[in-house]
Amino acid sequence: MRLLITHGHLVDPANEVDKPADIAIDNGRVLACGDIPADFHADETIDASGQIVCPGLIDLNAHLCEPGAEHKGTIASETRAAAASGITTLCVPPDTDPIIDTPAVSELIYQKAETAGFARVVTLGALTQKLKGEQLAEMLKLQQDGGCVGVSNARQPVKNTLIMRRAMEYAASCGLTVFLHADDPGLSGQGCIHEGAISTRLGLPGIPESAETVAVARELMLIEQTEVHAHFCQLSCAHSVQMIARAQHDGLPVTMDVAAHQLYLTDMDVGYFNSQCHVLPPLRSQRDREALRSGLGSGRINAICSAHQPHDADAKLAPFAETEPGISALETLLPLSLRLVDDGLLSLVDLIAKLTCEPAHILGLSHGHLSPGAHADICIFDPSQHWRVDPARFVSAGKNSPFAGWELKGKVTHTLLGGRIVYRQ
Amino acid sequence: MMRQDIQFDSQGRLRHFLTTEGLSRQTLTEILDHAKNFASVINKPIKKAPLLRGKTIANLFFEASTRTHTTFELAAKRLSADVININIQTSATKKGESLLDMLRNLEAMHCDMFIVRHMQSGAAHFIAEHVAPHISVINAGDGSHAHPTQAMLDMFTIRRHKPDFTALRVAIIGDIMHSRVARSQIHALNTLGVPDVRVIGPHTLIPPQAEHLGVHVFHQMEQGLRDVDVVITLRLQRERMEGALLPSEDEYFSSYGLTPEKLALAREDAIVMHPGPINRGVEIDSAVADGPQSVILEQVTNGLAVRMAVMSLILGRGGTDGEAPH
Repeated sequence: MRLLITHGHLVDPANEVDKPADIAIDNGRVLACGDIPADFHADETIDASGQIVCPGLIDLNAHLCEPGAEHKGTIASETRAAAASGITTLCVPPDTDPIIDTPAVSELIYQKAETAGFARVVTLGALTQKLKGEQLAEMLKLQQDGGCVGVSNARQPVKNTLIMRRAMEYAASCGLTVFLHADDPGLSGQGCIHEGAISTRLGLPGIPESAETVAVARELMLIEQTEVHAHFCQLSCAHSVQMIARAQHDGLPVTMDVAAHQLYLTDMDVGYFNSQCHVLPPLRSQRDREALRSGLGSGRINAICSAHQPHDADAKLAPFAETEPGISALETLLPLSLRLVDDGLLSLVDLIAKLTCEPAHILGLSHGHLSPGAHADICIFDPSQHWRVDPARFVSAGKNSPFAGWELKGKVTHTLLGGRIVYRQ
Repeated sequence: MMRQDIQFDSQGRLRHFLTTEGLSRQTLTEILDHAKNFASVINKPIKKAPLLRGKTIANLFFEASTRTHTTFELAAKRLSADVININIQTSATKKGESLLDMLRNLEAMHCDMFIVRHMQSGAAHFIAEHVAPHISVINAGDGSHAHPTQAMLDMFTIRRHKPDFTALRVAIIGDIMHSRVARSQIHALNTLGVPDVRVIGPHTLIPPQAEHLGVHVFHQMEQGLRDVDVVITLRLQRERMEGALLPSEDEYFSSYGLTPEKLALAREDAIVMHPGPINRGVEIDSAVADGPQSVILEQVTNGLAVRMAVMSLILGRGGTDGEAPH
């Protein structure tokens, strides 16, 4: 199969490309960008006039709900939603049921994703057995036999600091990156909302900023000591970004990401107990939101992820604290991110980098660019198409979104996975 | 999506009573005036008024309560409504699904009003959002969020003794953090025009950024009680010791317990209130609770009139805009 994408504007940050260029694809791989060989005859041509052509997006954190919560979503349904969102690689955290602490679970996920054929899925293995924070998981096996690209304890805390130190040391010796969700469980307690004026008004138990910052501080000290490669996931607080940026500056091998919703929403959006705004970490203050946005602008925050967490309707139908946290976020990832360009925070190239080559780098993947020979994982989107978010029309099985009714700009028209068209508007 | 004005129907009339927050001074005053009429009925030999005849009111208590439950039931019966009592004392968290299922069942029984007490903040809002259009919801206490009828009976009691809200200093002492009563009182006091609302307690029992509620925060009784007209003490739950919020009841009493000596810092004619049930020797000294400045028992009596007022305002309108009897 030979494909030609013509008349598009190519944005390939890894190769510092930002110009109109055609792309030739042969046998699932990029053959050429720009100078198309004269003897190239395409079986199909995609006219990308007025559109942006970029590497397929790489999402650092998406819950696919399988195995364990298939009533909320399946690998097939969620990777299909990913394809409709221009996302070609998804990284799943280990808190599935069963947990990814044996290679078999990871293999199952890889297998199902391959069968579904909509997107590449990579897994993170458990840092500790059953994510209990007590014994180290078999990280080497998870890496070698399970194909896990990193290790993480997901949102489960490792309370014992010694265990965390040992886990980091062991991961370092395996050459694995540790993905950290900074949370001090004592401080976050039963909290379900940012601790501040809103939690006080609503009488909901709050999660103080210190629940994140205290954990970030601890992990940074341990990272320094163990020299492990570490990535902080879905930060929510201004101070966390500050601390990690300082550590980066001091030469520590750390990176960080932020979930797209944190760039637009604050605890104010909870209003009167809007359960669609129940997320973990919680939506924070306006000051935090501004810090996250400027952290992206300054390049300190390395990537934007969806933190996709689809739910069945019932999961959000209860008094706020009893609802399940999370947002069905794949389909809003790109358009929300594109807003940052309109807001003047980032150039389009820098933004696309935070959704493609930078997350690829964090995951240690060779994707995320369109160099000749690379997998033809490509996202084509119309940057000026307006659309109104209607969760009922999401491809994802999860219709839970706080962005219902929002006017967004930017719509994916084609997604290619290994040169195959997996989505067409 | 929650509408800000969920408490009102399409004609701008009170449909649900979920929180005192966001209600106008006019609405609050209407409730108080209405309650005044009922207060006089209560003392008459024939106590019943036929205002809600044919209406069915369901008491849904997911959390134990004796007095609130009883006064709501009594208020409904005095208004000639039929009352269903449903006690759902669940220890484990009830799934939202079954909560909604239960509501559907009750709706099928043609209830007109749900009185809801629930351990989760926001439960009454949640139920109000999901009930059929002909059903009204009164919040009888949700988690740490709101307890609007309690706050209104407190406002009623205050007004009987201190008619001009705009000239008052009011201090609320104790566990503001976990108190739905305090939150509802603070909103009502601010709306009714009280210029100086204070909360007094140790840092561990004052919620973060409490000033945003419209209060002055004090950590010492000596400063907080000075020249106040109304002193409200809150019940201290025993669990607060376990949560490392306080070292002991003894130490709490010595710092924040309302004793005659501390009360002497307030104005001479200050009244003392407590939403009950009281812990003598923990948040209040018996000499104060039973003393001449205490209006604690009066609060209980007023609870009936205020709840009758709220129920009849919401349900008694019918087509004829029901008036309280004189």
